[in-house]
Amino acid sequence: MYDIAIIGAGIIGASVAYELSRYRLKILWLEKENDVSLGATRANSAIVHAGYDPPAGSRMARLNVEGTRLMPALCEAVDAHYKNTGSLVLAFDERDRSTLRSLKEQGDANGVPGLQVLNREETLAREPALNPDIVGSLYAPSAGIILPWELTLGLAEVAVREGVDLRLRQELQTIRYEADHWKLETQNETYQARRVINAAGQGAEKIHRQATEPAFHLLPTRGEYYLLDKAVDPQVSHVLFQCPGPLGKGILVTPTIHGNTLIGPNAELIEDGEDTSTTYAGLAEVAQKARRSVPNLRFGENIRHFSGVRANREVDDFYIAMHDKGFLDLAAIKSPGLSAAPAIALYARELLEADGLEVQPREGWNGRRKVRRFAERSPEDKAAMVDANPAFGRVICRCQTITEGEILEAIRSPIPPVSIDAIKRRTGAGLGRCQGGFCGPRVLEILSRELGVDPAEILQDKDGSYIVLGDNRPEVRI
Amino acid sequence: MKTQQYDLVVIGGGPAGMAAAVSAYDQGVRSIVILERDKQLGGILNQCIHNGFGLHHFKEELSGPEYAERYIKDVRARDIEVRLESMVLDLNSERIIQLVSPSHGFELIEAKAVILAMGSRERARGGIGTPGTRPAGVLTAGAAQRYVNLEGQRVGENIVILGSGDIGLIMARRLSLEGCKVHACVEIMSEPGGLARNIVQCLQDFDIPLLLSHTVTRIEGKKRIEAVHIAKVDMQMRPIPGTERRVACDTLLLSVGLIPENELSRAAGVELDNRTKGPQVFENLQTSVPGVFACGNVLHIHDLVDHVSDESARAGRAAAAYLSKQTDTAGGDLIALEAGRGLRYTVPQRLHLRPDLEKLDIFFRVTHTAEEQKIIVESGGKQIALFRRVHVAPGEMEKITLPAKVLAEIQPGAKLSLRLEAAL
Ligand SMILES: Cc1cc2nc3c(=O)[nH]c(=O)nc-3n(C[C@H](O)[C@H](O)[C@H](O)COP(=O)(O)OP(=O)(O)OC[C@H]3O[C@@H](n4cnc5c(N)ncnc54)[C@H](O)[C@@H]3O)c2cc1C
Ligand SMILES: Cc1cc2nc3c(=O)[nH]c(=O)nc-3n(C[C@H](O)[C@H](O)[C@H](O)COP(=O)(O)OP(=O)(O)OC[C@H]3O[C@@H](n4cnc5c(N)ncnc54)[C@H](O)[C@@H]3O)c2cc1C
Repeated sequence: MYDIAIIGAGIIGASVAYELSRYRLKILWLEKENDVSLGATRANSAIVHAGYDPPAGSRMARLNVEGTRLMPALCEAVDAHYKNTGSLVLAFDERDRSTLRSLKEQGDANGVPGLQVLNREETLAREPALNPDIVGSLYAPSAGIILPWELTLGLAEVAVREGVDLRLRQELQTIRYEADHWKLETQNETYQARRVINAAGQGAEKIHRQATEPAFHLLPTRGEYYLLDKAVDPQVSHVLFQCPGPLGKGILVTPTIHGNTLIGPNAELIEDGEDTSTTYAGLAEVAQKARRSVPNLRFGENIRHFSGVRANREVDDFYIAMHDKGFLDLAAIKSPGLSAAPAIALYARELLEADGLEVQPREGWNGRRKVRRFAERSPEDKAAMVDANPAFGRVICRCQTITEGEILEAIRSPIPPVSIDAIKRRTGAGLGRCQGGFCGPRVLEILSRELGVDPAEILQDKDGSYIVLGDNRPEVRI
Repeated sequence: MKTQQYDLVVIGGGPAGMAAAVSAYDQGVRSIVILERDKQLGGILNQCIHNGFGLHHFKEELSGPEYAERYIKDVRARDIEVRLESMVLDLNSERIIQLVSPSHGFELIEAKAVILAMGSRERARGGIGTPGTRPAGVLTAGAAQRYVNLEGQRVGENIVILGSGDIGLIMARRLSLEGCKVHACVEIMSEPGGLARNIVQCLQDFDIPLLLSHTVTRIEGKKRIEAVHIAKVDMQMRPIPGTERRVACDTLLLSVGLIPENELSRAAGVELDNRTKGPQVFENLQTSVPGVFACGNVLHIHDLVDHVSDESARAGRAAAAYLSKQTDTAGGDLIALEAGRGLRYTVPQRLHLRPDLEKLDIFFRVTHTAEEQKIIVESGGKQIALFRRVHVAPGEMEKITLPAKVLAEIQPGAKLSLRLEAAL
C-alpha cells in the first residue's frame, strides 16, 4: 500500500514527486510512456513567464509569480539550465500601448518585480533586430528560459534516487475507491494507494471522471513552432511577445538555452490531445505573424518544426482541487504551467496536509544532482576529464559537442534511457543543426552495446518507434 | 596548458585533407599533422562502397574505399603525422586549435598554416520543412548508407526517397539490391539534383519512378512512419491542390542537399559565401584569414571526388608557398569575381592579380539545365574569354581555366564576370 500515487510524469508530476520525496512517504509514480517528460512538457515555449498575464489576485497569478521566483534556485539545485533573459511585450500602435499599461498594472498587482514600460528607442536599444515600427514595450526583468525536459529529468532523478517508485510504461486505465484506499489498474498491474494525485496532462480528464463528478473539460489546443539554427542572425536576446489582441495571443520569438531561436506557437483546437503533427497552414501562420516582431527572421535556417498540445479547458484557469478520499487534481495545467510548477508542487503539499496527510521530513534528504557536461567545462577540466576517462575524449554529437562519456553517464543515471531521444534529453546529443543525422547511428550503437540488446530493439522515441529492422544478411555474419 | 606547434595542420582526413597534406609535403613542408575525428582516414568515401570514383584522376573505376586507400598509402609513405579519433573543437583567427581525443585528451595546437577540409553534412528534415508527424524511419540518405553499408542493418522495406541528390540515388539502388521496394524518388525541382549517370544506373535500371516537380507534403505515422503524401508543385514550388496522393511506406530517405561544415571556419572569423555556404577564397584557396586555406566539400559541394583531390592538391601547394613566404597574398590588384546570369556561384570569389599568376581555375554551377551554351568571361565590359558547352546542368560542377594571356586582359579595379548564354 502506497501513501500516495502520482499519475503522469510531466513537469507537474515531477515537481510534486520531488517535493514529496522530502518526507517519510511511500510514493508510487505511474507514467504510461517509456520515459518522463513526453507530454506537453517536451514541446512548448520553455519560457518562465514573469506573471503579468493572469488576472490580478487570481490563484494562477500567485502560482505563476511564486513559481518564477523559485525557478532559478530549483534549476540550480538539480543542475538544469536557467537563463534570466527578461521579456518584452511589443506594442505596434496606440491600442497596444494601452494594453501595455493595463498589463503593467495587472503585473504590479500580481507582485511581478521591476516591470517597466519602455519607449521605442529604449526598446530598440535592447533588441536591435526588432521591427522599427514598434512604438514601445513592457519590459519584465524576471522572465527567463529553461529546458523543460531537462528540469523535469533533474527533479525526477532526485525523486527516484530519494525513493519515489517510478513505474514507466504503466498506463493507468481504471481507478476505483475501495473501503479505505484507491485501487489503480494499469494494462498489466494493480496498485493500491491511500491518496492519488492526478497530473496526467491530456489524460487527466478521463482519470478524474472515474474518480469523481465531472468538473472540467479539456480543450486540446495545439501550437506549432520553428526552431532556427544557432549563430544565425538576426539573434534576439529577450523573450519577445506580441500584445494579446483581437487577432489572438500573438506569436513569440525567443532565444533558447542553446542559442537557437524559437518561434511560435499558434493556437488550434484539435480533437486528439496527442496529435503533435505540424501543418503547412500552422507554420505559415507562425512565420507570417512572427515577422511583424522581427522582420528579417531567416526561416531558411530552420532545423526543426514541432508542435505541442496545451491542456486548455473551458475557462482560462488551471483545474486544481482536493476532492474527497484524498483525490487531488492538478489538471488543465496550461501555460504558464512550467513557470508555476515549483509553486504548484508546494501548493499541492499544502492541500494534502490540509486533507490530513502527515508529512515528516526524512533525514538525509538531498535535493541536488550534478551532471557533467564536457562542452561547458574549462580547458583544464576537459583535460582532466579525458585523463580520468578516455570516453570523454570521444565526441559523438558534433553539433553540440557531446562525448561518449556523457552518454555512458546518462545510461547509468537513475532513470535509464531506452531511446535515442531519451539520450538527447539527458545529454543534448542530437539537439543541434543536423538533428541526429550524424550521431544517431553512433548513439544507437552505444545504447545497443551498453544495454546488451540487438540494434533492432533500440527506439527513436516512444515504444514502437524502432529505427532499424535487424541484420542485413544474417546468414553471412558470424 | 602546453601548446604544441606545427607548420601545417590539416583539419579533416577525407580525400580533401589527404590530398592537401600530401601535396604540401611534396612541396617541402615537414611539420604536418592531419586531424581526423573518425577512427580511420578516408572521410565519407568509407561508406561509399559503390563504383564510380577516380574516372578522371586515376582513369579507372574505383569504389570509395579503394579511392581512399590510394591516398592513405600516399599519406603513409610520407612523414605526415595522422591523429585519428581527434576532434577539433575550436579554431581561432590566431590559428590556435583546441582538440580532443581519447588517447591524448584535450590539447592545444598552434599552427603556422591551417587547411580546412572538414567536408559537409546532410540537410535534415527541418531544413526543408516537411510538415506532419515526427516518427522514426525518416532519415538522411547518408545515415541510411552508414547503417546499411557499415553496420549491416536494414533500415526498412518500403522506401520513398525525397530529393534526387546523388546519395539518395545511390541508396535507391543499394536498397533495391538489398531487396527493399523503392516506391519513388520525389524531386521538387523540374530537374534532378544528381549526376545524369546516377539517374540512369540507380533509378531507371531498377524501374524506380523519378517524380520531378513533386514533393512530400505530409508525413504520417505516430511511432514509425506509415505513409507520405506526395503532390505535384507549381512554378513557385507550391503543392497543387488536388494532386495529392498517399503512398504507404515505412521509411523516408532525405537526399536534399549537402551543407559545407563550417562551424570552425566561422569561429575563426573566416568570411563565408551565402551561396556556397563555404569560405570565400582567393585564387590560391586562401580564406579571408591569412594562413587559413580551404578545399573539398567544406569549400563548395563537389559531385566528383576527383575534383576534390585536384583542388586540395592546389590548397596544399598554396599553403606550402605561404609557409615559405613565396607568395604574398596581399600583393597585386584585388579583383572580385561575379557570378552573372545563369551561374549560381564561382570559386574562387576573388583574386589577387599578380604578374606571376600562370593560370586561373574557376569552378561554378549553373542555375538550370541547358543545351548548347557559351560561358562568357568579361572584364570592364569587355569579353576576354569564351567557352562552349554542349550541355550544362545544376547537378554537374563546371570548371574553366583562364590562361596567362587572358589574365593579362583583366582590367584592374573592375569585376571579372561570368555568365551563361545560348550559343545559337
Ligand atoms: C504549445 C505550448 C506552449 C507552452 N508554453 C509555455 C511556456 O512558455 N511557459 C510555461 O510556463 N508554460 C508553457 N506551456 C504549458 C506547459 O508546457 C504545461 O503547463 C506543462 O508542460 C504541463 O505539464 P504536465 O505535467 O501537467 O503535463 P504533461 O507534460 O502533458 O504530462 C502529463 C503526463 O501524464 C502522462 N499520462 C497521461 N495519461 C496517463 C495515464 N492514464 N497513465 C499514466 N500516465 C499518463 C503523459 O504520458 C504525460 O507524460 C505551454 C504549453 C504548450 C502546449
Ligand atoms: C554518399 C556519397 C556518394 C558519393 N558518390 C561519389 C561518386 O560516385 N563518385 C565521385 O567521384 N564522388 C562521389 N561523392 C563525392 C565525394 O565523395 C566527396 O566530394 C568527397 O568525399 C569530399 O571530400 P572531403 O574530404 O571534402 O570531405 P569528407 O569525405 O566528408 O571528409 C571530411 C573529413 O573531415 C573530418 N572532420 C570534419 N570535421 C572535423 C573536425 N572538427 N575535427 C576532425 N575531423 C573532422 C570528417 O570526419 C571527414 O573524415 C560522393 C559523396 C557522398 C557523400
